[in-house]
Amino acid sequence: MIRNEPYMMRDPTAETMAASRERIPPPADLSAATIGLLSISKERSHEFLDRVEQKLAERGLKVLRFAKPTHTKPAPEKVLQDIVERCDVVVEGLAD
Amino acid sequence: MSGEIVAVVKKECPTCTLVEPVLRQIAETRGLVVWTQDDPAFPSGLPDVRHDDDLERSYRLNVITVPTLFRLEGGREVARAEGWHRGEWQELAGLERLGDGLPDSRPGCGALNVGPGMVERLALRFGDVALKARTIEVSEWDDPIEIAYDRGWSDGLPVVPPTDLRIARMLAGTTRKPHEVVGLIPPNLNECTVEKAAINAVMAGCRPEYFPVVLSAIEAALLPAFSMHGLLCTLNSAGPLVIVNGPVAKRIGMNWQGNALGQGNRANATIGRALQLVIRNVGGGRPQEIDRSVMGNPGKYTFCFAEDETDPEWTPLSVARGHAPGVSTVTLFHAEGPSGFSDQKSRTPEELTRSLAMGLWRVTHPKAPVGISGGAVLVLSPDHYSIYQAAGWGREKIEDALFEAMLRPASEVARGVGGAPTGADPALGDTPIGKLPRENFLLVRAGGRGGLNSSIIGGWTGQRNPKEVTVVSKEIGE
Repeated sequence: MIRNEPYMMRDPTAETMAASRERIPPPADLSAATIGLLSISKERSHEFLDRVEQKLAERGLKVLRFAKPTHTKPAPEKVLQDIVERCDVVVEGLAD
Repeated sequence: MSGEIVAVVKKECPTCTLVEPVLRQIAETRGLVVWTQDDPAFPSGLPDVRHDDDLERSYRLNVITVPTLFRLEGGREVARAEGWHRGEWQELAGLERLGDGLPDSRPGCGALNVGPGMVERLALRFGDVALKARTIEVSEWDDPIEIAYDRGWSDGLPVVPPTDLRIARMLAGTTRKPHEVVGLIPPNLNECTVEKAAINAVMAGCRPEYFPVVLSAIEAALLPAFSMHGLLCTLNSAGPLVIVNGPVAKRIGMNWQGNALGQGNRANATIGRALQLVIRNVGGGRPQEIDRSVMGNPGKYTFCFAEDETDPEWTPLSVARGHAPGVSTVTLFHAEGPSGFSDQKSRTPEELTRSLAMGLWRVTHPKAPVGISGGAVLVLSPDHYSIYQAAGWGREKIEDALFEAMLRPASEVARGVGGAPTGADPALGDTPIGKLPRENFLLVRAGGRGGLNSSIIGGWTGQRNPKEVTVVSKEIGE
């Protein structure tokens, strides 16, 4: 094999190596938890989450509803902050 | 006259050999330092001849032409004369009767330090281009192209290894500073500097003169109305299409003629690819990760072409979108793959319009009306355009007629009709219903002669709501 001269390239990426993070363990018991339901505002995601809310409510659990303004863009900071402050777990509703 | 007189010459240049006696004359009368770019023994018989073998002195003095005569004070240039011009040389040196017997003037030759690729090479060597991206060392046993694959930088095709010299040359294609931030690239919203864009443009295979188009395409993709994040993570098959208008298209050799939407033209191929590589590498948007596309389409490697503006009667897309004539622009559309549209029989503009309207109805789903359907780009071929042109129809009239022709009774495309559940609300009855969101429809001229074949490029279903997602345009900077 032919040896090359040592060669330098520049990194085309954002150089943000993903820090590996441990997942938070799921709560052992949901009875005291506040459950957030986030609609991405795609067609029928409300319908799906209505049903999820109904099921959770039947079990006596506390549910709060949130929505992104549009599914075509990321959730605004305010919506994310709201969920973080008020909920213990969150279910994100996609649907189609 | 005060100051130091310095000449930069090369033996290969006939004007330099012509002025050899003049240099001797100046050296004997008031002293002269000569920097020679090639032959250290040239010019002969002078007391102070220095060889600029690494061209640093020439680079620092920003020599363009040889011979150049400088007057320096405290090491700083106060005057220069390029080529041989008796009057200028006499004034600069403060001497009279220089070069008796020589012609009054003679143009010089190109200096070695400004030869092809040399400016960037010297700028890198002497520290005027400082790249910030981290370096990746390829060992002597490795192939840089394979390393680029291993690191996940490639879209599947080989990339040009981004070396400092190639990046510096790319950066020379713009007046913007390497560390200026172009924007935050989705999905990870990472900062993209001009330098990072240049690295990806190198990998895509761009020439430096394409780089301003690449930068404008990135900026256009980041306009909120375009919703690049949504386009990247959609389940739909669409990706960004870049349509170029204005003088830049001709200047950089883009193709708007035969096979305009296909392979074979470097500018078309690499500009679209550079945008996608920026999204992949800087933004972190990769298929089967945040890019959720079920099918994708071959245009996600690259999709870029220019509009045919050769007919002065035609209103270019950029002008129709509000930009001044003669201004170069990029227009970005959320594009599925192109689909051929053949109509060999239409002879009148009315027939062709009705026929094209049928073709446009197949976008998204043949029964998807406005509100469900994405938009479309209709790429009108020269031979189809001739039918309109002969009847005196311009852009506006064609577009209006197409939207009129696309209207049909909602009952024809209602849910359940033909056994297919997709469609319009049956409650609309026979109310006329349209097909495409007008804001997300583009009519563009491109293609070669010799066939009655146009092309329809379907739009992302996200375009169904133009309040959230629209086509965007941006003027191309420098």
